Amino acid sequence: MKPLPIEVRSLACERDQRELFTAMSFDLQAGEVLQVAGPNGSGKTSLLRILAGLLPAVAGDVHYGGATVFSGRGRERWRQNRLFIGHAPAVKANLTAEENLSWLCALSQPVAAQQIAAALEQVGLRGFEDVPCHTLSAGQQRRVALARLYLEAHPVWILDEPFTAIDKAGVAALEQHIQAHAADGGTVILTTHHSLEHLEGVRCLDLGQVA
Amino acid sequence: MNWSFFHKLGSPKWFFEISGRWLPWFAVASALLLLVGAVWGLVFAPQDYQQGNSFRIIYIHVPAAFVAQSCYIMLAVAGVVGLVWRMKLADVALKCAAPIGAWMTFVALVTGAIWGKPTWGTYWVWDARLTSMLILLFLYFGIIALGQAISNRETSAKATAVLAIVGVINIPIIKYSVEWWNTLHQPATFKITEKPAMPVEMWLPLLLMVLGFYALFAVSLLMRMRVEVLQREGRTRWAREALEKMS
Amino acid sequence: MRRIVWLLFCREWRLAWRRPGDLLNPLVFFAIVISLFPLAVGPEPGMLRTMAPGVIWVAALLATLLSLDGLFRSDYEDGSLEQWVLSPHPLALMVLVKVLHHWLICGLAMVVLAPLFGLMLALPASVLPVLCLSLLLGTPVLSLLGAVGAALTVGLKGGGVLLALLILPLYIPVLILGTGAIDASLQGMPVTGYALWLGCLAVLSLSLAPIAIAAGLRIGVSE
Repeated sequence: MKPLPIEVRSLACERDQRELFTAMSFDLQAGEVLQVAGPNGSGKTSLLRILAGLLPAVAGDVHYGGATVFSGRGRERWRQNRLFIGHAPAVKANLTAEENLSWLCALSQPVAAQQIAAALEQVGLRGFEDVPCHTLSAGQQRRVALARLYLEAHPVWILDEPFTAIDKAGVAALEQHIQAHAADGGTVILTTHHSLEHLEGVRCLDLGQVA
Repeated sequence: MNWSFFHKLGSPKWFFEISGRWLPWFAVASALLLLVGAVWGLVFAPQDYQQGNSFRIIYIHVPAAFVAQSCYIMLAVAGVVGLVWRMKLADVALKCAAPIGAWMTFVALVTGAIWGKPTWGTYWVWDARLTSMLILLFLYFGIIALGQAISNRETSAKATAVLAIVGVINIPIIKYSVEWWNTLHQPATFKITEKPAMPVEMWLPLLLMVLGFYALFAVSLLMRMRVEVLQREGRTRWAREALEKMS
Repeated sequence: MRRIVWLLFCREWRLAWRRPGDLLNPLVFFAIVISLFPLAVGPEPGMLRTMAPGVIWVAALLATLLSLDGLFRSDYEDGSLEQWVLSPHPLALMVLVKVLHHWLICGLAMVVLAPLFGLMLALPASVLPVLCLSLLLGTPVLSLLGAVGAALTVGLKGGGVLLALLILPLYIPVLILGTGAIDASLQGMPVTGYALWLGCLAVLSLSLAPIAIAAGLRIGVSE
């Protein structure tokens, strides 16, 4: 699937009667990486959840390839094109890494067991395929969730704090993977408190300044 | 999307102004209707040949029961409007109407129980009407409890809207099953609501009381909604100006 | 579509069997509640027989409610529910599979156990098939309606009591019809009418409840 441009038009978000942001507009072309930055409580997660389609926006619209992602055909296409990994990794403690991944991928497109094994190897979890996830550490569980980035062919990634609980080597590998995805023409929107300045071509949206 | 923006900006102010104009009329109408209906029903209407004077409690019981049932349907309608068109005023209406409906149900239950004493010789009989009212009270409690348990205002409004819709689909089923259950377990007892045709001088005051109760409901609902709207829109200029004008 | 249903069913099945204790708890609760009644009112068979339909049905109501409290909670807490909501597959279908799986484990087990408790409460053997039939038609309704409440209270801490408050009034028609069927059978009267009505309610809730559950979950994850 080829990524299409994303246009955010005067988006507004309100949480518990507090205005987080209003009239937010930006464009994102295929192949761009957008880091959403800002202090705690500035609405980073809310913005990502609105973009993903979990949280209704108070006002404004998001277009993907010219069609709104909030209803109709545009929403259908958006659902097939974006991958969201939130704060909670969606990893079931009582399932093994392989079972978790095969289910999470099946929610959009089923994948074969060999592919899952290969992806787990990529995130440094070789040999943990058949281990129930409650025996894994927080960082390892996060890696299980992130293995989806190696398995699913979504052009747009929306990642909320993907680097949480991950060690240095893991962060470097993930940064590389994100860059490779962008170089392939994919789009990435992510929040992190970790600096991405050393990566080329990362745009930054500072919610602390927008508000 | 533009519509929800329009509603959010346009509706509360408009509602506040228009309701301010309507409120006195509703208040006068409800006071007049209730006064005339009550005096007529309690003093001038003829005695019931079976129950004597004790039947006169229907002038409170029946209107309260009417309003209690219609209020629940109104909750569901407000829920649909709130969910489908994202109209914030519908959320306000749902939130403000639920406690009024619960009180009306409570009044209907208490008057029903008081009526039961001279009629059946006991305060509570598992009569189909009374049992349905009791269940309706529980349904109201559920809506109020869910609304209060969820702290986020939008989430709470949507969740109560879904519950009200589920409830209103269930109400006819509950009503018929309770009536059926009642005929199974209590065949051919005296029923308080199914009576031979009432003479005009009995049902006319009843009609006035029913209309008066509806007007009273409208008055209290509008007043509660105005306060809620002012609270929600406290940051806007018109709300501050309205508050200053009042004080 | 068929594939996702099957995969979801397998996932639920695995998750359930990795914690067998959770499967058993509602059934043990069902058994204990029923056993409390003879202790409370005395073991006189005539009295137990009159009470049996009500006791078994109320116990089934409470056990279902208890087991439903956590139906969506763990999926909500670990973020799985977000992924369900975001998936291109219809959410209503997925929750229907989840609830039916829950019923297969909890409701069906109660149907199977009920004749045993019927005998303990002095019901004649001729009534036991009707007891099972009424539970077989009624418990899916209990699971589906209860799941609506579970979805609406998914993000709330200590939603158990609230769930009971929301859902128990909605259970009343099932209770009336279920116990009515057993009563009718005890008096040697036909039960077809009751069974048809219960079947109606089952079909109605099968078709409408998933929509309400999906709406409730969408509201829950947007919190």
